[in-house]
Amino acid sequence: MHFQLTSEQRDLRDSIRTLLARRFGREALWAAVGGGGLDRELWRALGAAGFFALRLPEEAGGVGLGLPEAVLVFEEAGRALLPGPLVATHLAAGYVGGAAEGETVVTAPDGGLVEWLAAADVVRGEVTGAEPIRSVDPLTPLHRVARGSADGGFEAALLTAAEQLGSAGRSTATAVQHARERIQFGRPIGAFQAVKHLCAGMLVRTEVARVAVYAAAVTGDPVEIAGAKLLADEAAVECARDCLQVHGGMGFTWEAEVHLHLKRAWLRRERWLPTARALELQAAALAEAP
Amino acid sequence: MDLASTPEEEEFRARLTEWLAGVLPALPPRPDPLDWPGRRAYDTGWQRRLYDAGYAQVHWDASPARRLIFLEETERAGAPYVGANFVGLLHAGPTIAAEGTAGQRDRWLEPVLRGDEVWCQGFSEPDAGSDLASLRTRAVRDGDAYVVTGAKIWTSHAEIADWCELLVRTDPDAPPHRGISWLAMPMDAPGITVRPLRTLAGSAEFAQLFLDGVRVPVANRVGAENDGWRVTMVTLSYERGTAFVGEVVACRRTLAEVARESRKNGSWDDPVLRRRLGALHAEFTALWRLIQWNVSEAGATGVPGVGGSVFKLRYSHARQDLYEAAAAVLGPDALDLDRPWSLDRLSSLSYTIAAGTSQIQRNIVAERILGLPKEPR
Ligand SMILES: Cc1cc2nc3c(=O)[nH]c(=O)nc-3n(C[C@H](O)[C@H](O)[C@H](O)COP(=O)(O)OP(=O)(O)OC[C@H]3O[C@@H](n4cnc5c(N)ncnc54)[C@H](O)[C@@H]3O)c2cc1C
Repeated sequence: MHFQLTSEQRDLRDSIRTLLARRFGREALWAAVGGGGLDRELWRALGAAGFFALRLPEEAGGVGLGLPEAVLVFEEAGRALLPGPLVATHLAAGYVGGAAEGETVVTAPDGGLVEWLAAADVVRGEVTGAEPIRSVDPLTPLHRVARGSADGGFEAALLTAAEQLGSAGRSTATAVQHARERIQFGRPIGAFQAVKHLCAGMLVRTEVARVAVYAAAVTGDPVEIAGAKLLADEAAVECARDCLQVHGGMGFTWEAEVHLHLKRAWLRRERWLPTARALELQAAALAEAP
Repeated sequence: MDLASTPEEEEFRARLTEWLAGVLPALPPRPDPLDWPGRRAYDTGWQRRLYDAGYAQVHWDASPARRLIFLEETERAGAPYVGANFVGLLHAGPTIAAEGTAGQRDRWLEPVLRGDEVWCQGFSEPDAGSDLASLRTRAVRDGDAYVVTGAKIWTSHAEIADWCELLVRTDPDAPPHRGISWLAMPMDAPGITVRPLRTLAGSAEFAQLFLDGVRVPVANRVGAENDGWRVTMVTLSYERGTAFVGEVVACRRTLAEVARESRKNGSWDDPVLRRRLGALHAEFTALWRLIQWNVSEAGATGVPGVGGSVFKLRYSHARQDLYEAAAAVLGPDALDLDRPWSLDRLSSLSYTIAAGTSQIQRNIVAERILGLPKEPR
């Protein structure tokens, strides 16, 4: 047992982090918020970097890696707030032509919602009668659909949990940075326990979610994945809320990135194993425990 | 990232489970939880069996994976846990192993492993709890001994201990953190008075120590004179980092028992309660994974890092939540002290206080991991 990142895994994470910093920095993020639509060029760049083909066997033109590596790159996507139907396209690689390369954008309905329907080339699942709604997340256009298959989809749940983890980590880092810099009463607000303890709570939530997500990626066990989704949902939502609090009035503004993380975290929580279902899965596992 | 065991580790697991299956049925009945001398005899007896079978070293084993397998399998089999040997095995021992001289390691480690000697921890004082560095118990050099005068409090297992890991002030003029030393004090030395304190659970598991001119040989000092604060940090990193590891496995077992009771008494049909237990299932699974992560990170011989505070903080609250959920399952029966979990619910109240309160752990996480400014003093 050596439950730590290998150096290859760290390299992979760093390379995707660098790619996203270069291709989806602050300016690109705000352009997307302003209604830029899905950036096809970026999508292809992700394809070229192996984001979608990561788990396809090498014979099939993929990278031949596993769920743990996929989780690391999705964590980075969550950290960067990368928009688009990333999970559905990743899961379509190898099944839908062009998905692996980032040429085809694939979306899928779940939990009564489907994201990026108008921008997608391929929809996997039943979406007849889809009605557009005004999405709470400015980075994710949504349609409402009749409730469809919500079962299975454990890999989708895990990758979504990884995005939540990245978002929680980013919210924590943003809050800590602000707490170090913002001066009130003659000292950085991070010197005050009320603020310090909010930040400590954020780190603890994030780190507990991290091991849950990583371990679920290693075991691939559905119950463990459901647990990881629960903890990551909680971490992403609560860390975004605490980050907003630490930012004071500035946290309530449109310009601060904070609300974007909160809104996306809310959205991800509703998709691929929402809380109630994940909790029932845990309870069922407990009922079966020897 | 890897959670799989190697063939050697699986072989260790197989040997251990076989041994446990043979030895556990012959174990004497467990003593009353309030009978401390009885508990000492029981716990040290178990430690001696482990020693004879070659498992005593396991908490200090170079292989973290083996340590976790040991904890998993002993708990699964319902074997006793460290109990009265807690301080010796899980933090004084590792501290002496890391910071002591060869002579000190020879003198103290073996008796701990054999279950011959039991340790207690004399850190806290009436006026120095969270602010441990403000401790005032004085040690004045007199030839080859320190003469120790002062008072300690909340000393767990003091009545049944042979040795005390004691923090004393050896330089009253230095800044608080600079004048402290770490001593091994024999509990039978003249001048020590132990006054038991009753806990809210009704037991006398900790005590007040009055130290009146107690002579402790200078040779019993671990680490340099006035360098005791650094040694203390090593002790605390073990206390928070690894000492609670086995209890998580126990909590997972308790949770399964609570779920069984809930299905039996019908409360399982309440979705709010059922999902509350489900959330705890996810929580304790994650805490076990966090242990594996921290242990892997600490590596074979390294001292556990501040990640222990992350674990300690989350675990102590999770443990309290577990017993609150158990009480919700039991309903009014939870008020009956003879029901299972009633005493555990009471003792779990200490978890957010002992070994550093949750507030102090949050300070540590914020200042030492996140690098936030120190609180104004
Ligand atoms: C069951 C049990 C067993 C114990 N066993 C031992 C033992 O064997 N050996 C030993 O040496 N000690 C032992 N202790 C003592 C334990 O380490 C202390 O109780 C603990 O460190 C808190 O100190 P205190 O009790 O003096 O509380 P205080 O330090 O007086 O704290 C009181 C309250 O104030 C808060 N507080 C204090 N300072 C701050 C701050 N800077 N910021 C925010 N909040 C603050 C605390 O969080 C707490 O809520 C044990 C305690 C218990 C409950």
